[in-house]
Amino acid sequence: MTTLTPDADKKAAVSNFADNLDHSLDVEGRSLWADARARFLRNKAAVTSLIILACVGVLVIIGPMLSPHEFDAIDWGYMAAAPDMASSHWFGTDSLGRDLFVRTLMGGRISFMVGIMGALVAVLIGTLYGATAGYVGGRIDSTMMRILEILQSFPFMFLVILLVTMFGRSIMLIFLAIGAVSWLDMARIVRGQTISLKSREFIEAARVCGTQPRSIILRHIVPNVLGIVVVYASLLVPSMILFESFLSFLGLGVQEPMTSWGALVNEGAQSMEVAIWQLAFPVAFLVITLFCFNYVGDGLRDALDPKDR
Amino acid sequence: MSLLEVKDLQVHFSTPDGDVTAVNNLNFSLEAGQTLGIVGESGSGKSQTAFSIMGLLAKNGRTGGEALFEGQQVLNLPERELNRIRAEKISMIFQDPMTSLNPYMKVGTQLMEVLMLHKGMGKTEAFEESVRMLDAVKMPESRKRMDMYPHEFSGGMRQRVMIAMALLCRPKLLIADEPTTALDVTVQAQIMDLLNDLKRDFNTAIIMITHDLGVVAGICDKVLVMYAGQTMEYGTTDEIFYKPTHPYTIGLLESIPTLKTEGAILPTIQGNPPNLLNLPVGCPFQERCTHVMDSCRQQMPELTHFGNGRQRSCLWQPENLTGEA
Amino acid sequence: MLKFIIKRLAVAVPTLLVLITISFFLMQAAPGSPFTGERNLPPEILKNIEAKYNLDKPVWQQYFLYLGNLAKGDLGPSFKYRDYTVNDLLEQSFPVSLKIGSVAFLFTVVIGIFIGTIAALKQNTILDYIIMALAMTGVVLPSFVIAPLLVLIFSITLHWLPAGGWNGGSWEYMVLPVTAMAIMYMASIARIQRSSMIEVLNSNYIRTARAKGLPWKVIITRHALRPSMLPVVSYLGPAFVGIITGSVVVETVFGLPGIGQHFVNGALNRDYSLVLGLTIIIGALTILFTAIVDILYAVIDPKIRYQ
Repeated sequence: MTTLTPDADKKAAVSNFADNLDHSLDVEGRSLWADARARFLRNKAAVTSLIILACVGVLVIIGPMLSPHEFDAIDWGYMAAAPDMASSHWFGTDSLGRDLFVRTLMGGRISFMVGIMGALVAVLIGTLYGATAGYVGGRIDSTMMRILEILQSFPFMFLVILLVTMFGRSIMLIFLAIGAVSWLDMARIVRGQTISLKSREFIEAARVCGTQPRSIILRHIVPNVLGIVVVYASLLVPSMILFESFLSFLGLGVQEPMTSWGALVNEGAQSMEVAIWQLAFPVAFLVITLFCFNYVGDGLRDALDPKDR
Repeated sequence: MSLLEVKDLQVHFSTPDGDVTAVNNLNFSLEAGQTLGIVGESGSGKSQTAFSIMGLLAKNGRTGGEALFEGQQVLNLPERELNRIRAEKISMIFQDPMTSLNPYMKVGTQLMEVLMLHKGMGKTEAFEESVRMLDAVKMPESRKRMDMYPHEFSGGMRQRVMIAMALLCRPKLLIADEPTTALDVTVQAQIMDLLNDLKRDFNTAIIMITHDLGVVAGICDKVLVMYAGQTMEYGTTDEIFYKPTHPYTIGLLESIPTLKTEGAILPTIQGNPPNLLNLPVGCPFQERCTHVMDSCRQQMPELTHFGNGRQRSCLWQPENLTGEA
Repeated sequence: MLKFIIKRLAVAVPTLLVLITISFFLMQAAPGSPFTGERNLPPEILKNIEAKYNLDKPVWQQYFLYLGNLAKGDLGPSFKYRDYTVNDLLEQSFPVSLKIGSVAFLFTVVIGIFIGTIAALKQNTILDYIIMALAMTGVVLPSFVIAPLLVLIFSITLHWLPAGGWNGGSWEYMVLPVTAMAIMYMASIARIQRSSMIEVLNSNYIRTARAKGLPWKVIITRHALRPSMLPVVSYLGPAFVGIITGSVVVETVFGLPGIGQHFVNGALNRDYSLVLGLTIIIGALTILFTAIVDILYAVIDPKIRYQ
């Protein structure tokens, strides 16, 4: 699992849209975006998914405050207790007597954080790398693309595990690792965009005026590719969440007493014979989140690349 | 009996935004060995007319009316029976030779499979016959080319392959859907010459779909002028060119550049074709017509037959209009 | 074609070298020696151990020693299982992983393409909707979620299949692990295949094939299938990496004696040489596989071949 690449079809849709956008920019202004938004809003499954995601997001942020329990507090009277309203262990407790409602939502915080952080890092590195390669062109471009190709054929999960082995297990390391591997596709897309932007009048004008390449890239190219980049970043979030859950499931990610959905699924799997709720709640949250992200991704694809599918 | 007799042909598409009538109430006929030109702007329904006869409409398309090929209704035929007509009796070449050949198969294979399927030929026989046909379309080094992939051919050469493929079974009717639009001007002329020669050699009737009246003048016996899915005017090429009676035809003819117009401003037809989803009441051409009258905005002018098999749909009565039936 | 293959394989070698170098120097950059954490060994013994593993030599010398041994196929001793070399551990575990991995990969690709094609041919029918709904669900079921669920349903509740173990690789022990590894990628491939098949069927050259009067079956098998598989072929690389990665989880959940287990245990025990060796082996496999996929792509698409 977790190859850190959203579906090939979605990737293709994003770059198709980018190409179309490029042609229409002069004549119709932002109408392609408006069109895409209208198509997205007409897609009931995608809109519903977006609403559910927002609800999960809000719940994850404020939920832990609603419960009287702390995520690492042990309730000696309720070890591996089933969900119960009276004790306000709404999702039950784990084998150590910690409240599962709070833990699931705390895990969600980690997952969302990793997802968003990963996407941000991908945007940052990917955009700069891709824009530079595309703008400078020539030998530097082909060298940079070569490096990208080499990196892309690495089994990254294993390199990350190698890192974890060497430097110990910590959440910062995971952020770093995920960020490091997530920008590859982004760089590719941005490079393609940059190459087509490069020949446009306003870039040429800037160049003729003697603007430095560095500021052309930062002030002219980056702002123009940002829209596409944001859309693609939203497709990256679920793969980041998967990546983190995977590591945590193996015990190589987030460490006790902190938790994440992957770690909770692992604990739940150990006791599923006797305490099914310990597996059910984290799995439900994880699967629903991924499911919604996927529908949103599909909605984006159809909105950006309206073909009869 | 005419080779092809089209009566009241209609093509509709159901789309998420409503039903679209792409072709409405079309009538024409074609004798063996004759050439008919169908002229119109993009979106006028000329390609859809051809697709409906070949049974190649998109899934959401429906047809109405009749298209009798040698007396047999070919609209809405089951796929099985259509396949007996396609390539054997009616074949078609397309606008874009770059994408119309399968890029993943050798050109030879694509040619040979037609013969092996329809004529039951063996491999060697089909190969030899394909080579002969490539020679007929003046393909240099035809034998070597059989073993090549489409991307190794230029645009004009690919269209030659398409034409060869269409003629393999010696069909009685060839539908050419803008066969030269995607090609360079010099290549266009070569392809038109080739089609003219082949028409003579094989005695094939041709429906030539084009937006270029120059093409029509060179090769066609009859012309059908379409606009927004409707017949504007229909008649022999001479009559359409020398005695046009419809403002749209006149506009089209005036916008052909000639040596005389050099230096002068070329007249054009102002405006754009209407949206098929939202056609105006009355004549679809009203917004762009130089002779528009109030009644044009109230009802679609009826298709009238006059003279020697001519048709027109217009309320404007020019002086040269004679023999109204 | 031969030139293309040689060129493609030639690129794989430096890639692998970069991977080895990065992994090796990452290991060197790690704080402390692999043995510093261990129950306060007396300094002399620590020194002896380090000398035994060449850890007292300068880094570059260690690097070339490692490369030299690697060239001979020697991955060095395991730092934790003192009596074993990494090669010994690989010898026992690799065949297990290879067996379930290749079976899972085969199923993924064949079934994924098959059901994706069916869905495309039956586009917008009930069958299409059912297949796509299942695929949509499959895509969000990573191996670490599906594996416990499969055990819960088929072992604990229904008692149909064993919950774990290897038993020499007999089929009933393989069903659940293979399913857990395959489902997510099978679903992805089905989705990719469906949309690409639909796109191909709408292409101009399929219209030409129809105009030639070819029967539908011939159009699908001879004209549409090959080009429709190109997007799946380019997805095979990621799918392969994903399935290998998933095997780590699956081997842990089902207690299979494969390299994935060693990998996790090595990581948890900080067994540097074992993890490094396994990373290199898996990296080499991945790089080789990506090269094979590229070659396969060129076989299908003549345009690539002649470039």
